[in-house]
Amino acid sequence: MSVDTATVKKVASLARIAISDSDAERLAPELNNILGWIEQLGEVDTSSVQPMTAVIPNTQRLRDDVVTEGGQRDAVLANAPQGEHGFFTVPKVVE
Amino acid sequence: MSDLTELGVAGLRDGIRAGKFSAREVADQFIVKVSKAKALNAFLVETPDHAIAAARAADEAVAKGETLKPLAGVPIGMKDLFCTKGVETTAASHILEGFKPVYESTVSQNLWDAGAGMLGKLNMDQFAMGSSNETSYFGNVISPWRRGGGDNAPLAPGGSSGGSSAAVSAGLCPGATGTDTGGSIRQPAAFTGISGIKPTYGRCSRWGTIAFASSLDQAGPMARDVKDCAILLENMAGFDPKDSTSLNLPVPKWEDGLSADLRGKKIGIPKDYRLDGTPAEILNLWDAGVEWLKDAGAEIVEVSLPHTKYALPAYYIIAPAEASSNLARYDGVRYGLRDLPEGANLQDMYAATRAAGFGDEVKRRILIGTYVLSAGFYDAYFTQASKVRTLIARDFEIAFSQCDLLLTPTAPSAAFALGEKSADPLAMYLNDVFTVPSSLAGLPAMSVPGGLDGAGLPLGLQIIGKPLDEQGVLNAGLAIEQRAGFVARPEAWW
Repeated sequence: MSVDTATVKKVASLARIAISDSDAERLAPELNNILGWIEQLGEVDTSSVQPMTAVIPNTQRLRDDVVTEGGQRDAVLANAPQGEHGFFTVPKVVE
Repeated sequence: MSDLTELGVAGLRDGIRAGKFSAREVADQFIVKVSKAKALNAFLVETPDHAIAAARAADEAVAKGETLKPLAGVPIGMKDLFCTKGVETTAASHILEGFKPVYESTVSQNLWDAGAGMLGKLNMDQFAMGSSNETSYFGNVISPWRRGGGDNAPLAPGGSSGGSSAAVSAGLCPGATGTDTGGSIRQPAAFTGISGIKPTYGRCSRWGTIAFASSLDQAGPMARDVKDCAILLENMAGFDPKDSTSLNLPVPKWEDGLSADLRGKKIGIPKDYRLDGTPAEILNLWDAGVEWLKDAGAEIVEVSLPHTKYALPAYYIIAPAEASSNLARYDGVRYGLRDLPEGANLQDMYAATRAAGFGDEVKRRILIGTYVLSAGFYDAYFTQASKVRTLIARDFEIAFSQCDLLLTPTAPSAAFALGEKSADPLAMYLNDVFTVPSSLAGLPAMSVPGGLDGAGLPLGLQIIGKPLDEQGVLNAGLAIEQRAGFVARPEAWW
């Protein structure tokens, strides 16, 4: 499996990272080199193996569905690059 | 006044307790040392006020005759991956530049609750992605070590916890926190002649630690010797309801349990780690380690971990996949950088922000992670890697039916020069060959210094234990430490 510049651009778009044509051309062989090396995993017979989901057997804990830390609007917004009237602000989304 | 910065964590703690010197004297001496070591670029932020406040609290407790906290007055360095309330925390990235958390990570809070103070935030590979500390947005950390014979080429302190390793080995702090996803505590410890332990996955809470690959990330201490690692780990670990994978188990008294008597213990030597091309000096040190453990009373057995060669490729699917998901949160909306080109819409803003805010290695891993998780490739890559991970963990289980601990080299080379491997991502990834398998299996593992190579650079030995057997790992580390007689320190040029 080999990726071309169009694939690199598609993946970058999925990852929401802007890349230029020259970036894509530089990255394609780099990623192919890494993916080519990763492909050796295909030779391992895993037909009778379950994927590992937990490194140490541990049951998922549940907590009561109640507010534990509410009313901290200013703290939540403290690091926002832009906020107005107690909200995060973004460029206009709805015309 | 004597140079208190020569003392380690235990020496400082005991001296303050016994009234031999004040915590304030300790803090002041380390603060001066940190401020004079700018050439190493180990600290991103210096926090003398934090260290002095902790020292003052310790000295007041001594004056009142109160029982002192376990780390009262001991100043440490904090890797910049840990969120520290009100103190800039960037994970050495541009995208988090200026981020001042409004909360404290559990691990750092545990250390402050134990009486420790913070000298500052330590440089690292950006988002903990790297093995040389060359991916930091704020510049390389320079190892305090240099090759002998007048070769002044700046060397890598290892990574990703490179600021931590450089600071401890240069004596800027007696101990530091690190994090380890695929070797980021152990490899830098080996490169700089110090000790470091990654505990069993789940021992230290991940809450408030900036996420890289959540099924692998584990915090741990880096310090000058094994005992100091035991003391620090005791005060970092513990159950935390805020981390869903935190282990609900009591923290053992690892310091009290230290013993270099290994009679009755079986040490496995994995033959699959004897890779072609490993330098003779590394293999010789490994052989020496075997002799030291025998001398401590242990029995040596050969074991096999047959899927070892697949650990790195599996890691470089799983870790980037998790990273691509974890790092989706950096969107230019809630915190950190925002790049809003003229007339851009929301999607353009995300893409521009992430393009400007992430470094090359971070982007590379996000792209690989996005690719291996994308429709049509998920099973071939991610599911297959997760199954191989099961086989790697099973290898260890089988090996541990024949032995108690494993001994291996920590890294396949001594510290390399900055720039030597940074052009080839794959060559850099291969440096983690001995540390990644135990990360995938979630096992406790530590690096202790064993000796110097021909150029006068430190080499480390790695001990890997069964799940939750940090004590066994620390004890074997202590047995090696007592026999290796490693006392070399870098000569101060900075």
